[in-house]
Amino acid sequence: MIWNDDFETLPREAIEALQFKRLKQTLERVYATVPFYQKSFKDADITPADIRSLADLPKLPFSCKQDMRDNYPYGLFAVPLDQIVRIHASSGTTGKPTVVGYTKRDIDTWSELMARSFAAAGATSQDVIHNAYGYGLFTGGLGAHYGAERLGASVIPMSGGNTQKQMLIMKDFGSSVITCTPSYSLYLAEALSEAGIKHEDLKLRIGILGAEPWSEEMRAEIETNLGIKAIDIYGLSEILGPGVGIECIEAQNGLHIWEDHFIPEIIDPVSGEVLPYGEKGELVITTITKEGIPMIRYRTRDITRILPEPCICGRTHVRLERLSGRTDDMLIIRGVNVFPSQIESVLCNIDGVEPHYQLIVDRDGNLDTLEVQVEVNEKVFSDEIKVMQRLNNEIRKQIKDLLGITCKIRLVEPKTITRSEGKAKRVIDRRKG
Amino acid sequence: MIVEQISIFIENKSGRLAEVTQALGDNGINIRALSLADTSDFGILRLIVDKTDLAKNVLKDHGFTVNKTPVVAVAVPDHPAGLAGILRILDAGNVNVEYMYAFVERCGGSAVIIFRFDDHEEAIKVLLNNNVQVLEGERVYNM
Repeated sequence: MIWNDDFETLPREAIEALQFKRLKQTLERVYATVPFYQKSFKDADITPADIRSLADLPKLPFSCKQDMRDNYPYGLFAVPLDQIVRIHASSGTTGKPTVVGYTKRDIDTWSELMARSFAAAGATSQDVIHNAYGYGLFTGGLGAHYGAERLGASVIPMSGGNTQKQMLIMKDFGSSVITCTPSYSLYLAEALSEAGIKHEDLKLRIGILGAEPWSEEMRAEIETNLGIKAIDIYGLSEILGPGVGIECIEAQNGLHIWEDHFIPEIIDPVSGEVLPYGEKGELVITTITKEGIPMIRYRTRDITRILPEPCICGRTHVRLERLSGRTDDMLIIRGVNVFPSQIESVLCNIDGVEPHYQLIVDRDGNLDTLEVQVEVNEKVFSDEIKVMQRLNNEIRKQIKDLLGITCKIRLVEPKTITRSEGKAKRVIDRRKG
Repeated sequence: MIVEQISIFIENKSGRLAEVTQALGDNGINIRALSLADTSDFGILRLIVDKTDLAKNVLKDHGFTVNKTPVVAVAVPDHPAGLAGILRILDAGNVNVEYMYAFVERCGGSAVIIFRFDDHEEAIKVLLNNNVQVLEGERVYNM
């Protein structure tokens, strides 16, 4: 079902006219209120007046995650704090999160776009939406929640974890739509099967899954094991949160990005040159309605291509091909962003441990696993097992405290981790291929 | 009164124990007693050898993580409840045993047990006060 027929099926020319109008307004606003953009535009020798058509967009400088860190916490906000009604944050590499603020209208826009996304995924006001995204600083939980309410569905604010309770509620409350990460949906399928609950006993029919990369193979498995349609959703907190783009249930082929609120571009991640539609590169997004923290040409580091062909669902907004990876070394493990440098900082903070480590990412059954291999040197080595186990537990606890994920620590002999000249090979990701 | 033990960190993978013992053998080092504590991922091999410092260097050269730890060699009467009697003495003296293992060779009419205490000095004091025989390092290395 199309939630907002007026906007979702706008002819191409109308979308572009609207984009240009909204882009100009956004540029003038950030140029007047955000010192970061004043400086970056001046450095690029450009003013909002120089943008005379959408084709001029590439003249504007990029923004990136580092800019958010440099302006931590509120430096990129385009409105005074009294107009901000909500603050979210995502995990950062150095422990400092990146912070985003929403005005009342931003929350309204977000709810609208999430409602559109739910509708595109096939959900209706009749559905019981089981929202298993985490509630909190992470945008997933509340983003999906507000959208589900806007849609008029009955939302169960489950949040993550406690699989036994998730299953009980899913069965007894008649959950028909689940929102969670793809790996959690598979884990849930396993747990259900172990508990002897068949998917025929549940009302579940749709899964809206995101926050980590997943494959077509995984989709097939999820759809079979849970007896649902599995829909890919895209979002990132810097731009909005969930609901930036979504697959339609009709095609399940590429994610419509809401072009009346965002302008997507694909660039060559090395040269920064804009690539034509259809070519693979880094996704860059400009927000054109956001008030709290507008982002101009934000480099998402996500690799995809833009598919401009008309879609069978009738929506005119272009689609993004399934995200195929990140441009940097960030790992997404069970939906949590993990940077090797974060693990390194934990290890370096433990007395005697040297930063000779390697991360082994794998999938056990259907859940992402992280193993941290740490070399044992004389300083941390003891002849007593309990002392070694204490070290093991300490590392695991500190990683859990920082990242919120449980990992396995494997203590290894010195020099077992391959040394390399130049950039160390810190990560072995066995989920790929 | 102190005996020096070397401990070696060993990952649970095939051939590692053989590598340790071979390296020691190649350098004419004789193992006097040993104990292996293990978990699912790694083990800790504890050895009493005749040439402690040489053994440590040889193993370090082979890339192992090696530490030296003071332990105590106790002559335990070789009859029923012989060990129980000594453990009772230690318990009464509030000395904690971290782990212990037996020596292959005997010393006179007694068995020899290697003890790792949390406080070896206090342990030796308690043992001697109770007329338990504690063996000198030199004697143990060359038994």
